[in-house]
Amino acid sequence: MKRKYEVSELIFKIVSYVFLTIFALMCLYPLIYALSSAFSSQAAVNNSQVVLWPVLGDASSGYYFGLSLKAFEYVAVDQGNTFWIAYANTLFMCGIGTVWCMIYSILGAYALSKKRLLGRHGFNFFLVFTMWFSAGIVPQMLNYEATGNFFASIAGSSYYDIDLKWLVIIAMGMNATNIILLRNSFEGVPSEIEEAARIDGATEMQVLMNVYIPMSKATIATVALFFGISRWNGYFWAMRMMPNQRFSWPVQVYIRNFIDSYSGLIKEVLEGNEWEYSIKTIRPGYEHTDVSVMSVVYTMVICAVIPILCIYPFIQKYFAKGVNMGGVKE
Amino acid sequence: MFKLKCDDFLVYDEATDTYSMSQEQKVRDETERNHWKTAGLTILKDWRLYAMLVPMMLVFFFWKYMPMYSLVGSFKSGDEVEVLEREWVGLANFAHLFEAGEDAIKFWRAFRNTFTLAFYGLLFGFPFPIILALFFNEIRSNITRSIMQVCVYLPKFLSTVIVTTLIISLFKGQGTGQEMGVVSKFLVLICGENSGLGIQAATGNGLILSTRYFRAIYIVSDLWEHAGYDSIVFFAAVIAVSPTSYEAAQIDGAGKMQQMRYVVIPSILSTVIIMLIMKMGSLLSIGYEKLYLYCNSADRGNYDVANVVSTLANEWGSNGSTIYQSYAIAAEMLNNLIGMILVIGSNFISRRASDVSLY
Repeated sequence: MKRKYEVSELIFKIVSYVFLTIFALMCLYPLIYALSSAFSSQAAVNNSQVVLWPVLGDASSGYYFGLSLKAFEYVAVDQGNTFWIAYANTLFMCGIGTVWCMIYSILGAYALSKKRLLGRHGFNFFLVFTMWFSAGIVPQMLNYEATGNFFASIAGSSYYDIDLKWLVIIAMGMNATNIILLRNSFEGVPSEIEEAARIDGATEMQVLMNVYIPMSKATIATVALFFGISRWNGYFWAMRMMPNQRFSWPVQVYIRNFIDSYSGLIKEVLEGNEWEYSIKTIRPGYEHTDVSVMSVVYTMVICAVIPILCIYPFIQKYFAKGVNMGGVKE
Repeated sequence: MFKLKCDDFLVYDEATDTYSMSQEQKVRDETERNHWKTAGLTILKDWRLYAMLVPMMLVFFFWKYMPMYSLVGSFKSGDEVEVLEREWVGLANFAHLFEAGEDAIKFWRAFRNTFTLAFYGLLFGFPFPIILALFFNEIRSNITRSIMQVCVYLPKFLSTVIVTTLIISLFKGQGTGQEMGVVSKFLVLICGENSGLGIQAATGNGLILSTRYFRAIYIVSDLWEHAGYDSIVFFAAVIAVSPTSYEAAQIDGAGKMQQMRYVVIPSILSTVIIMLIMKMGSLLSIGYEKLYLYCNSADRGNYDVANVVSTLANEWGSNGSTIYQSYAIAAEMLNNLIGMILVIGSNFISRRASDVSLY
């Protein structure tokens, strides 16, 4: 039976549809803009002619719709492989780092979810306290430096010679909230199933692998996504820990450094001259004149976003189940 | 024959008409006597469980608790040696932050900015996801809703570098050889070229680097980034409201607003309070990464409003002088302690007032 809507309900429905549509479009727009700008000509980007779709041409000949692959060509080939080295670094750090975080988080959360664990409240407090109070940027930096120096002294070299990628991998990305999410979901698994497994002779590890993990897939997928995203997007600490080690940089540091150094360079090069803001200004010998620095930046941004866009919509359906913070209580 | 009611710890023997200690009580006594031994045995029996805990505890110890020893640096002098070997100076570093002087002015400005940005962030950033969740609840088609949800959660998963790059270029100002960003253009179109906003957008610095508009842009972009994702929890709470409650309210003649007021809001209130406490916890640790990317040096135009305690600490901590390192540690410790008091306080108040508490 179809119910007739009250007037107030109808208004509310219409308002919510309109509002959500606008908000969803607003959330998408910057990416669409970046995508279109990446494929536009230099003049079109610098004169803000790009609004929705890629635009070619310049002020004298007029602007028209079209695709230019020059910025992509520049990033992919002409620039050398520096961008792809950074990309590979990010893939490496993100992959290994996420696996490492997941291993200790799942093991720890499993142990914490057991009522028979002695000192459970103490361990929980140990975790939760890190959510309340953090030492701050400078002490953390000193700690990372000390660890880096320690590793360097083992390897017999200096801080700047060791591969800090590994330090970033093991030292970054811990998150008490994620562990508490995992713990809550493990606590929600009925104990009868565990008992049945134990009667069949399962060990602690087998119980975890064959009972708990399959039964909390939603949370594990969500938490893995959170860890992965925080790795993929990490900027600040990688930038602080390895300011000079260009070939260990993750892609975020690379992009930001590209923007900073090139906008600085352009200011220097163009002191008193005509502003051109194209790659040619910075690389005088470069054959294509029609590539804007911003197009190059947007191309790199799009490249850095693609993996997220590929993975996240498939995990999104687990979110509502996965992020149930209902009982964070110790 | 009178029989004692003491089955839980004594056993009555009818043949000899005596009581003897029950087996269970013996075990209990034994356990109590050998408390530590039993605890040790339990740990030994469950050693796998404790072994599982070890990696996580080590990680948290090394990377979250070890840095805390440097906090003593805030009570020590600026000698050019290791933090632990410096001389104790008591509260002199804190006093320096409160005394008149350039550093004190900087610190107070950063402190004020932290509070202002955090307060506005809470004021606008907290109710908005709830409204979003209520709106999502109205959309009955699963496919439409899923598509919209994918869109609105997306900004949360972009990196700060990418978000700030996009925001900066969308709000770009008009300079030599460059046009206004798309959003700046749109705003000028709405507000008129001669309004304050229009004039600011037409300068080279644009809106991001202006002291007047930076806060608004920061708050709106933060809302844009987090609101969709934050609505997940509220949405889960809203769809958990039983349809029968709505029906009952409708039969009683409640309109949409009354249904909201008397059915939905009370049902999601505990979630709202818990999320508020959580938000309180991260209130003062507002994204230093983001603010650093918006304003990474003192000569940027928005330095006066965008410099918060953590970016100031970063600035002081990385300028190579050890005394400034001590100031940085002291400043940030103050900030984080206040943040901790806020979260514990709000938790306490909420537990007293409504029996809902997070910790």
